[in-house]
Amino acid sequence: MTAGILDLQGISRSYSTRQGLFGKKVPVHAVDEVSLSLKEGQTLALVGESGSGKSTTGRIALGLERPNSGYVLFRGTELPATDTPAWRRMRAQMQMIYQDPLAALDRRLSIIDQVREPLDIHDIGSASKRNNKALAMLDAVGLNASHATSLPYQLSGGQRQRAVLARALIMQPALLVCDEPVSALDVSIQAQVVNVLMDLQKELRLSLLFISHDLKVVRQVSQSMAVMYLGRIVEFGETHLLLSNPTHPYTKALVSAVPVAGRRTRERIILKGEPPNPAARPTGCAFHPRCAIARPECVSVCPTFSTLPDGRSVACHAVHTNPPTKEVGS
Amino acid sequence: MANLAGTTPASALTAARSSQPLLTIEGLTVDFSGVQVIRGIDLTVARGESIGIVGESGSGKSVTWLAALGLLPRTATVSGSIRLDGEELRGAAAMRLDRIRGRRVAMIFQDPSSALNPVIRIGRQVGEVLARHQGLSGSSIRAEAKRLFELVGLPDAERRFDAYPHELSGGQNQRVMIATALAGKPDVLVADEPTTALDATIQAQILDLLTTIRRETGMALVLISHDLGVVSETCERIMVMYGGLVVETAPSESIFASPRHPYTQGLLAALPPFEGALRQLVPIEGQVPEPENMPPGCPFAPRCPQRMAVCEVTIPRLAQTEAGGFSACIAGPATEAQKPLSLKTSVLA
Ligand SMILES: Nc1ncnc2c1ncn2[C@@H]1O[C@H](COP(=O)(O)OP(=O)(O)OP(=O)(O)O)[C@@H](O)[C@H]1O
Ligand SMILES: Nc1ncnc2c1ncn2[C@@H]1O[C@H](COP(=O)(O)OP(=O)(O)OP(=O)(O)O)[C@@H](O)[C@H]1O
Ligand SMILES: [Mg+2]
Ligand SMILES: [Mg+2]
Repeated sequence: MTAGILDLQGISRSYSTRQGLFGKKVPVHAVDEVSLSLKEGQTLALVGESGSGKSTTGRIALGLERPNSGYVLFRGTELPATDTPAWRRMRAQMQMIYQDPLAALDRRLSIIDQVREPLDIHDIGSASKRNNKALAMLDAVGLNASHATSLPYQLSGGQRQRAVLARALIMQPALLVCDEPVSALDVSIQAQVVNVLMDLQKELRLSLLFISHDLKVVRQVSQSMAVMYLGRIVEFGETHLLLSNPTHPYTKALVSAVPVAGRRTRERIILKGEPPNPAARPTGCAFHPRCAIARPECVSVCPTFSTLPDGRSVACHAVHTNPPTKEVGS
Repeated sequence: MANLAGTTPASALTAARSSQPLLTIEGLTVDFSGVQVIRGIDLTVARGESIGIVGESGSGKSVTWLAALGLLPRTATVSGSIRLDGEELRGAAAMRLDRIRGRRVAMIFQDPSSALNPVIRIGRQVGEVLARHQGLSGSSIRAEAKRLFELVGLPDAERRFDAYPHELSGGQNQRVMIATALAGKPDVLVADEPTTALDATIQAQILDLLTTIRRETGMALVLISHDLGVVSETCERIMVMYGGLVVETAPSESIFASPRHPYTQGLLAALPPFEGALRQLVPIEGQVPEPENMPPGCPFAPRCPQRMAVCEVTIPRLAQTEAGGFSACIAGPATEAQKPLSLKTSVLA
């Protein structure tokens, strides 16, 4: 495997949770043997079931959390231990944008102070240069001078998320892990931010790990995509292939459920059964209790990846023995 | 200009409903330290109805409902009228509002971090609502909380009861908030971006659930969302907000097929397509005006491709369009709405 800017090799992470105050501890396998590779200057989208371990994977990628097993390589080098000077140096080239903008911002500091802060910390340029750079960054994400002097609570949800984006981009990182970066934005601002991200990506060869539930945006920004279900990747490949012709039954259901404005043209696949319980992972293929085409082996044997002629990997017994016929599609 | 003098839709809608509307907002304005961010909103919510609210970030979608529920900070000045079953809520005593919130009108907040208390186990947070509004106690609280968690598709409900918010994923916390809001069996549920952290399959399940509850119990649903697909698939009527005003309101099927207001048209054009060729996204040109620098005329005029001179001096009122909706536009397509305002119920369906 050629080294990308970010390589995850077989990472796993479990949490132990307790039922009740004195209950016994139960391990939750949040991430289970996940391997991913992100090429420099590209965007890899991480999508899938809510609670399937996407955010955990994102935190592990930045070394904010340690995997129980597996490796994280940044430009081919293993991430140094968290909070060491070496890690901080590497960390300066990687930034993260979180799901909840209010939690990511300091409630007492003005927006401009927070956007400028990384420049202040690393003492880059003169004070007025730093300020101008922060203002320019705010402008690039569509915030003006009056927003700059506001406190976070004075801004709307979408304005806050743009402030968070400006702060993450101001150090011109090489890798940006975005956890639901545009879900709080209205579609016009979303279009702006998506365009800003894609322009900066071209200009700075920014690499993006893009965690999102919005498959319309994922289609727009990413070259490749990985679909997670209950801590594991179930399908991985080029975005346009997975969206126009999903093969894993979970990917199929996910793609079919994307809400569309106006009249619906595709039929929605309704999943039966409950969303999975990570503390009691089903045997065999974790998706089998909800899968319409599950067969006996799915209950007992965990499917391994098979590679299809179009280059994608799928972990499904049905696909394994019966590759799909190519469909004509966009 | 006939469309400038149109009857306000709120009174039109009120008149058309045979029974009294559940919730009526009239002439609502909100100022923060002298700056007006809500500039006169009229709307009614009927029992069992579903209204989708979309609009520019900062246009006042959240503040409208926070004002209606008396949840704004003291720096806010609210005027106008908010009536629930005829009872005026603006200026109502704090104790009275406390009784209404959660029980009669519940809100799912946009920011999970401000809605869930990080140091209280989630089961207790739902339990508090059940104790206060349903009068439950002891083991019946736990049983009902478990039922609610299962209803919203939170896996492993029993064990989650004792979890803290940080031990749940973003989407799991969002489902806890939905369960908490449903716990009071409200008459009106105001859901502010309730499914942004959910994958498409669970999102579809939650939206189906809200629709089922609405049909079965007559709960009214006000769904605020940036996802036009979400409101399109869930709501009967759509309201589009811009600059603290309602600029268009119409039945769901007609607004997406033929948007009348140039801002609504811009929104639809900015939507990333899910099929067909990829293209560079087209954001609406220019920036949202700041509340302190609102243009004197139409708030959208500075960015509007169809702007005329009159748009810069006159604030257009909502006028009926032929598609059965209302649009606040002087220049644009609403000029076709020359017919006298009829009180056909198609707007309400
Ligand atoms: N600190 C923690 N303690 C215990 N369990 C945790 C903790 N953090 C995460 N988990 C569990 O790990 C699983 C994966 O969580 P994660 O936040 O990575 O999911 P996600 O894919 O990002 O979900 P979403 O789309 O809802 O944001 C979930 O079941 C969650 O409850
Ligand atoms: N507590 C506050 N103090 C001062 N201004 C405020 C306060 N809360 C909101 N505002 C302002 O009121 C306006 C409307 O905000 P609101 O939160 O209703 O927007 P929104 O339409 O919900 O946007 P979004 O889609 O981004 O959530 C914004 O300009 C915002 O900056
Ligand atoms: Mg997450
Ligand atoms: Mg809002």
